[in-house]
Amino acid sequence: MSAATIRDGYNFAYLDEQTKRMIRRALLKAVAIPGYQVPFGGREMPMPYGWGTGGMQVTAAVIGADDVLKVIDQGADDTTNAVSIRAFFKDLTGVETTEKTREASLIQTRHRIPEAALQEDQILVYQVPIPEPLRFIEPSEVETRKMHALEDYGVMHVKLYEDIAHFGHIATTYAYPVMVNGRYIMDPSPIPKFDNPKMHQMPALQLFGAGREKRIYAIPPYTDVKSLDFEDHPFEIQQWDESCAICGSHESFLDEVIMDDLGTRSFICSDTDFCRERGPIEESINMPVDTPIDTPIDILRETL
Amino acid sequence: MQSEPLLRVNNLSKLYAPGKGCEEISLDLYPGEVLGIVGESGSGKSTLLTSLSARLEPNAGEVLYRNAKNEWLNLYELPESERRRLLRTEWGVVHQHARDGLRMGVSAGANIGERLMAVGQRHYGNIRKEGLRWMEDVELDVSRIDDKPNTYSGGMQQRLQIARNLVTHPRLVFMDEPTGGLDVSVQARILDLLRTLVRDLNLAVVIVTHDLAVARLLAQRLVVMRHGKIVETGLTDQVLDDPQHPYTQLLVSSVLTP
Repeated sequence: MSAATIRDGYNFAYLDEQTKRMIRRALLKAVAIPGYQVPFGGREMPMPYGWGTGGMQVTAAVIGADDVLKVIDQGADDTTNAVSIRAFFKDLTGVETTEKTREASLIQTRHRIPEAALQEDQILVYQVPIPEPLRFIEPSEVETRKMHALEDYGVMHVKLYEDIAHFGHIATTYAYPVMVNGRYIMDPSPIPKFDNPKMHQMPALQLFGAGREKRIYAIPPYTDVKSLDFEDHPFEIQQWDESCAICGSHESFLDEVIMDDLGTRSFICSDTDFCRERGPIEESINMPVDTPIDTPIDILRETL
Repeated sequence: MQSEPLLRVNNLSKLYAPGKGCEEISLDLYPGEVLGIVGESGSGKSTLLTSLSARLEPNAGEVLYRNAKNEWLNLYELPESERRRLLRTEWGVVHQHARDGLRMGVSAGANIGERLMAVGQRHYGNIRKEGLRWMEDVELDVSRIDDKPNTYSGGMQQRLQIARNLVTHPRLVFMDEPTGGLDVSVQARILDLLRTLVRDLNLAVVIVTHDLAVARLLAQRLVVMRHGKIVETGLTDQVLDDPQHPYTQLLVSSVLTP
């Protein structure tokens, strides 16, 4: 690390060395007990809770001068959250940053796992808003910890039951609960359930940080991660009839984008790097843009 | 009645302060038997019930339970995970206030199904079918299976709570004033239902009540408590018709008859 690249008056990666050590101890424990939520002394970060303070503290604790950092928000490298956090670490560590998934050694993410398969030498850091998967049904922290300790997980399926009873299928689409290493139920942070299968036996190390709730948990490389389901309603990921309007991908997670005031819709990859790497499809291929829906304005125009 | 008891209590004491709680309680409960615990408010009935049902560690004494595999278990020497497993498989607890025993935020069907899912059932269709069957058995309108319990009346909530407990076919059910706070006609229906279920499923029940009429209807044997101690035990009719202890005499003579 060369001091010249770090902003004057700050320690490397913002946090002081003792704090980083404390977080690393929590991380070691988290890796040793996959899926278990380890409390840690969360620090104030120079941004509000809910913006990724937990993920940033984990990143700050593990980042080294040789790391290449990538930050994504909803899969994109160019959204506010991603740009700000990337700039923050560039400023306070001087490490190299990248937008390319394959080149990064450390990836901090909010709400997505990159489409490109991650490798053994990579670390994925998740920003977590609510680490407790049992919270929605059991408000008491004392009780939820006891439930984890005793593997008393009957209530987890109650939520899925409610989904099927009311909607005819499991309607949970993000933060879909998983069983880690056959022992702990874990909230995978608000990633779409599309990404859940990628966590299973992933070669990269996955770290989760929740800043407000002051919890860290982890999935070591090559760990079993199973999404909860029923025998007669098995786990399924989202599928689209459309393909990406830019790169034509059929297998990536697509965002629906409103193109104009007339309600024209289009679908594009949520992972910008994946989309860019594939490159734009030929113009000649007809863009899979939906036909405009009759909006109230259209109807108004016709009647006038 | 079989000769070997299901639950055996030896010198159980749980005191919050001197004279507050229950003290030196010994009793046996046999399979298929309904045991009533009566006494005034503050006499330690509920404390005793909570201790018996493995939810409150006593200061002294022991509670032994003979499980379905015919092994004697000392409840408070078991790991907590085992105690919890018992509570959701071989036992049931019906609370006085249905809110304490139900999950108010999820539908009636999910309330009934929770125990099934907790013991590892993972087939939605089967869980749903069981839920419907139990709704029928406790005389609830099956079309309301997807409604939340807070849209139910007090009597319906109580019946739902009973269904939720019985779905895993427990051998032993603890009830704390199951008809308290309900009007007499609803109370009568629930008592009737309980009597039928107890007979059909051969349940052993420990029921706490301060209502002697409820005790007379449901319980075969009665324990009278005062100041945390048992003052009289015996067959229900015997205790109520020929009370020996002065306090029991007072209790029986205080009953209002319309």
